[in-house]
Amino acid sequence: MTEEIITLKEKSFKLGEAVAAVSDIDVSFCYQCGKCSTGCPVAYAMDLTPTQLIHAMQLGLHDVVYKSNTMWLCVSCLTCSTRCPQDVDIPGAFDAVKILMERNKETPREPDVLAVTKSFAQNLRWFGRMYELGMVGVIKLRTRKFTQDLGMGMKMLKKNKFNLLPGFEGAWETRKIFRRVKKQEKA
Amino acid sequence: MKYAYYPGCSLHSTGKEFDVSIRAVCDKLGVELVEIENWVCCGATMGHNLSRLLAASLPMTNLARLPEMGLDEVIVPCAECFSRFKAAQHSVKTDKKLRRDVVEVIHKDCNEDVGIIHPVTIFAEEPLASRIPGLVKRDLSGLKVACYYGCLLTRPPKITGFDVDGYPESMDRVLRAAGITTLEWSRKTVCCGGSLALSKPDIVVNLSHKIIEDAKSAGADAIAVACPMCHANLDARQDDMEKTFGVHPRMPIVYFTQLMGYSFGLSPEELLFDRHLTEVDSIFGLAR
Ligand code: SF4
Ligand code: SF4
Repeated sequence: MTEEIITLKEKSFKLGEAVAAVSDIDVSFCYQCGKCSTGCPVAYAMDLTPTQLIHAMQLGLHDVVYKSNTMWLCVSCLTCSTRCPQDVDIPGAFDAVKILMERNKETPREPDVLAVTKSFAQNLRWFGRMYELGMVGVIKLRTRKFTQDLGMGMKMLKKNKFNLLPGFEGAWETRKIFRRVKKQEKA
Repeated sequence: MKYAYYPGCSLHSTGKEFDVSIRAVCDKLGVELVEIENWVCCGATMGHNLSRLLAASLPMTNLARLPEMGLDEVIVPCAECFSRFKAAQHSVKTDKKLRRDVVEVIHKDCNEDVGIIHPVTIFAEEPLASRIPGLVKRDLSGLKVACYYGCLLTRPPKITGFDVDGYPESMDRVLRAAGITTLEWSRKTVCCGGSLALSKPDIVVNLSHKIIEDAKSAGADAIAVACPMCHANLDARQDDMEKTFGVHPRMPIVYFTQLMGYSFGLSPEELLFDRHLTEVDSIFGLAR
C-alpha cells in the first residue's frame, strides 16, 4: 500500500463496531506488530497484508477494506491468530467483513470465492450433506469457468471418488436450521 | 472402548479410504465406533464465512445426539470437521447469547461438554499406543514417511488442545509404533491452501507444491495426512504442479490410517490404496 494522507470522520469508526456486532471480535486490540503478515502463507497474493487490512478496519476505511482482495484470499489457516500477541481473531474479523459486504450488497474483489461459498450453502440446503458432483455443477454455472480443473475432475470420476447420486439424510433438519438462522439474524 | 463416530461428508465420498481405513484399524485395536445417525454437515468454511450462528449450530446439532446414544465422546477424523466442532463448542461456552440463539435454532439443548477427539490423539495415547506394536505384521521400517498435520488439527492450540501447534509429534509416534520410519521436516503444519481449491487453484498448487518439495528433500517416500482436504490438494494437484513447475512430483499421499492398516497386514485392496490419483505402488515395494 502506498502512503497517503487520510481524513478520519466520526462515522468511519462504525466499521469496527459493525465487525464486533457480527463476530464478537474487537479489532482495536491490534497494535500493528506485523506478526500476522509475516506468517501468512497467502500474503504474497494479497493486495493488503493482514496487518494493513486490520489497521484499515480500525480506521473505518470502508472503501479500502471493501475493495481489498485480502479477506477473500484468506484460507482461515489460523497461523496468524495463533501467533498474534494481542489475541486478535484475524480470520474471524475477515469473515465478519465478508458477512457485512454480503448484507450491504457490496461487490467482492474475488467473486469466485463467494460463488463457491454460496454454492456450498445451496448444496447443504438441498441435501443436508455435501454432494460434490452437484456442487461442482453449481460452481461452474456461477463462475462460468467450465473448463477449469476438468482434467482433474475426470480423473477423480474415474477413480470413483464421487457419489453419483445425492443422499438426503439430514436434509430436512439442515433446511430447518438454515431457515431459523435467517429468522434469528433478521430479528 | 466405545465412541460415537462422525465421519462427515468427505469421508462418505472423496475421502472414503480414510473412513474405511479408520474402521479397519479401530477394529484391530478393539475400538467400537457408532456412527451418529442422520448426522448433518459441519458447515466447513462456508458456515463461518456466512454466519457465526450457522457455524455454531451445525456442529452443535450433531453433538446434541450423543446423550440419546448414551455416549459422551465423539471421534471426528476429518480435520476440517474436527476444527469446526471444537470452535463451535468453544463459542457456545464463551458466549451466552450465542448459546441461547443456538438452542433456538437447533431446538435441542446445547451439549457443550462432549469430548471431541481426533483419532491421531487416541492412537498416540494409552491404552491404544502400546497395543499398536503387537499388531504389526509387515516390516515397514524401510519406508520413510513425512507426517503432515496441516492447519486445523493443531490451530489454535487453546481451542483444539492438540499436541504442540508448531511442531506436533503425535502422528509420528503412532506411525513409529507401527514400525514405520518418520522424518524430521519443516512444513508439518504449513497450510496447503485448503478451501481455496475450488476458487483459486493456482494458490493451492503453489502452496501444496512447496510442501511436497520439502518432504522430498527430507527424503520422504510418502506423505501421511489426516485430513481429506489436505489429501485432495496434495494428491490430486500433482498434474497441475507438473504444468506449473515442469516436473511431476510423483509423491504418494496416503492417510496415516492406511499405513497403520498396511502395517497390521491388511491388503492394499482392503485399504483402498487404488483410489489415489497419484500412484502409491512404490510403497508396497518397500515392505519387507
Ligand atoms: S499479529 Fe495481532 S497485533 Fe500484530 S499486527 Fe497482526 S493483528 Fe495486529
Ligand atoms: S488465517 Fe488467513 S490471514 Fe491468517 S495466516 Fe491464514 S491465510 Fe493468512
